[in-house]
Amino acid sequence: MPNIKDSIHITSLSKQFKGETLPALQDVTAVIKAGTITGLVGPDGAGKTTLLRLMAGLLLPTQGKISVLGFDTVKEPENLHDVIGYMPQKFGLYEDLTVIENLNFYAALHNLSEEEKPKVFEKMFHFTALRPFTERLAGNLSGGMKQKLGLACSLLGRPKVLLLDEPSVGVDPISRRELWEMVQELVQQGICVVWSTAYLDEADQCGEVLLLNKGKLLFYGPPKELTKRVRARVFEMDILFKKRRLILKEFLKRPDIIDGVIQGNKLRFVCSPSFHIEEKEAKWQAVAPRFEDAFIDILGGSHNGESALAENMPFKHIKGGNHPILAENLTKMFGTFTAAKDISFEIKQGEIFGLLGPNGAGKSTIFKMLCGILQPTAGRALVSGYNLKTAPSRARSRIGYMAQKFSLYGDLSVQENLDFFSGIYGLVGQRRLKEVQQMISIFDLSSYLRSNAGLLPLGYKQRLALACSLMHEPDVLFLDEPTSGVDPLVRREFWNHINGMVEKGVTIMVTTHFMEEAEYCDRIALIYGGVNIATGTPMELKDKVKTKKRPNPSLEEAFIALIERIDRKKAS
Amino acid sequence: MGQLRQSWIPIKALIIKEILAVWRDKKSRITLIVPPLIQLLILTHAATLDVNNISIGLYNEDTGWYSHELIQRIKGSPYFKHVYDYKDSHKIREGIDEQKAIVALHMQSDFSRHIAEGNSATVQVILDGRKSNASQIVLGYLNLIFQTFSRDMLKLQGVDILEKINIEFRAFFNPNIEYIYYTVPSLVAILSMVLALTVTAMSVSRERENGTFDQLLVSPSQPWQILVGKMVPAMVISIGESTLLMIAALLLFKVPFEGSLILLYLSMIVFLFSIVGVGLFISALSKTQQQSILGSFVFMTPTMLLSGFATPIENMPLWLQPWTNLIPIKHFFVIIRGIFLKDMSTLEVLKYSWPMALIAIFTLSIAGWMFKKRLE
Repeated sequence: MPNIKDSIHITSLSKQFKGETLPALQDVTAVIKAGTITGLVGPDGAGKTTLLRLMAGLLLPTQGKISVLGFDTVKEPENLHDVIGYMPQKFGLYEDLTVIENLNFYAALHNLSEEEKPKVFEKMFHFTALRPFTERLAGNLSGGMKQKLGLACSLLGRPKVLLLDEPSVGVDPISRRELWEMVQELVQQGICVVWSTAYLDEADQCGEVLLLNKGKLLFYGPPKELTKRVRARVFEMDILFKKRRLILKEFLKRPDIIDGVIQGNKLRFVCSPSFHIEEKEAKWQAVAPRFEDAFIDILGGSHNGESALAENMPFKHIKGGNHPILAENLTKMFGTFTAAKDISFEIKQGEIFGLLGPNGAGKSTIFKMLCGILQPTAGRALVSGYNLKTAPSRARSRIGYMAQKFSLYGDLSVQENLDFFSGIYGLVGQRRLKEVQQMISIFDLSSYLRSNAGLLPLGYKQRLALACSLMHEPDVLFLDEPTSGVDPLVRREFWNHINGMVEKGVTIMVTTHFMEEAEYCDRIALIYGGVNIATGTPMELKDKVKTKKRPNPSLEEAFIALIERIDRKKAS
Repeated sequence: MGQLRQSWIPIKALIIKEILAVWRDKKSRITLIVPPLIQLLILTHAATLDVNNISIGLYNEDTGWYSHELIQRIKGSPYFKHVYDYKDSHKIREGIDEQKAIVALHMQSDFSRHIAEGNSATVQVILDGRKSNASQIVLGYLNLIFQTFSRDMLKLQGVDILEKINIEFRAFFNPNIEYIYYTVPSLVAILSMVLALTVTAMSVSRERENGTFDQLLVSPSQPWQILVGKMVPAMVISIGESTLLMIAALLLFKVPFEGSLILLYLSMIVFLFSIVGVGLFISALSKTQQQSILGSFVFMTPTMLLSGFATPIENMPLWLQPWTNLIPIKHFFVIIRGIFLKDMSTLEVLKYSWPMALIAIFTLSIAGWMFKKRLE
């Protein structure tokens, strides 16, 4: 048992919110040790944020108790606040203040004396590499830099316990890695860190993991312990790239397949214990299980691969040639700053095209020019053959758009949202009724029709958002970080629909920070510094960075290596 | 025709959504109904412009019957608590200076003679300019006394004195001098203006904050359709609100309604269009709801100060007075009071409506232009 003075002890903790039928947390007991990062994982609504807030003393437990470094969160809140650093999902940076003004403000909040300040700030700048940006407004920082600044601000009180609520959502892989390394350094100084995350590759690297589901602690221990449960049940198979979606769909129908994902030209499966390799599965190679495999397994497996949406969809025949999306020398200037420079590509019908790049690289700018929210400074963008500049209304009528964060009308009911979006796309009469009805049945929304969209469970919000963007049967679907912060189960269901639609001839344009999501793409354009630095299939990108030392790079490694290559070129 | 119908579909969807969004949100639903009613109830009394316990100074050089009769009436009126008789004009200055009296009357020695001869007679009314509001009201009370005095004289002697006394009439169509009659219609106008402004000023920035505005931008709707979709609901909501407040005015405050309801609604539409234009302009400029609120204040403060509601425009510096014509509610105050309290003629309503129409055309086209520019 670790010393009570340097760890967090959670004893039979329950939390029941007023007006909720189910408890947010139910009888959770665990010990969080110092000297390692403890991951907090679980599907959306599992109670992760509630647990963090209870540990920070921001909520009072209904039952049980928490002792943080020996301080009871209920009885000794003052002592608690001296030792805790808490970084909520959206850290309270003042966007209209500069980096240094934010730091000064939080230094004052944490009673940092004037003598100590220069030393501590020095350390923070070294730590976050934010020194060149001290005079920049926090609102103008990239997502990754904002998170680093947030972390720096919450470290100013020199906490002994650091609680991080999904610090890496919306952060690009490079910044994510840097953030992780920063926290790793803190851990070595003996700080107790709790890191809640929807990225399960992060959980894999944690010393210990708490896995919550519906308020219950399903697993508590080193992640390797959990992955043991799927040992010898995880396989990969090489397949024909073009057929991968169809093959995946077929396999997911089998009862002995628990989970399956696309990884470039490979499929990865988690099988049930009853699964036996037979002759036709001869090409399957057993691979080391990952935390995510075990996560899906313990939660009862993923979606069966069917998409009622795609099944009800007629095959699309598109006018305007074979290229639903065409970007020709797109350039966007903001004042003297070039956000996107000379971007050209064409996307074929039925293709999933991914835009990848670090935060602030210009991929949202390109994305926005292609769906008509931004006007390019030079060049042109065509959707289904219509120029977004000269025939914006017509071009936009061929577009479906799903924004990064939930952006439907939260105060309107599900039915009202559907009615609105069908109306704004000009649907009337029988067709409107039919489309709305179809979406309700496909996405199983009938039991939520009268609920306010803002109060839906996350998975249903995602479904509704997809439904609203599809009623006018667009040729092209634009997805802006569609599953950012969404748990793997919801993400799989979402991609089942996308895969199904693609087979019916819908073209997809997607931006993402999830490398797993990028693996679903047919082609990827890697954007850096406003320039398209590489285009190709996921395998082609990986091949570009293949070395003897790294014969089998992951897409994330490829992403980082390609960007570093550009940085080196610039430096020399 | 088909095309027109086609472009109406998204507008209709936008209008329904906008009204639902306001109505579905319990807080904003309550905000729409309760605070304006409470404000109407409270502000009516807070902004009551009735002045009681008035002290008046009288300097009467005339020994005739007419002036004595007039003074008796003033002394007998319930509004005037203290009546001081001054013996010379210095005392008048002193009385006003030391705020012993808010108003003083001076009748010259030939007052009665002039009336008796059928000539015009002069009553000098000296008001305390520091209390501009109160003194305006006192003048109103005096006017009433002069009016009844002249009517009675007419009956008594067949002499038409009304024509003979030189005084300025203000707030004349308020026979009982109940200032509630003056405040309530004004408050109806103010509250519906505040509503129209906030509903439109917040509507776009709220969507920007929630990310739903991008959804509108990627839809095939054109800027003007979105604009109309934002404009109509604000109009509907504000007109509904004023109707509610007018019913309250008639039922709770028993304010008379003399004029034409149709004229009132028509002029109200013109008025609200001008306000909605300002609101949409603010909306197009602001990125966040906070900025919208600040923008609304920037518009609201001078509007209220220059509208003539609290301080009479006549008391403002001369150079400022023409600028008050740019304030839409200034014109609408005249109309709504006119229609409530007297049967204002169509011609007169028109006279006060066209400046509002000009303002509306101006603000709406600016808003439309800003909107289009922001979209691109």
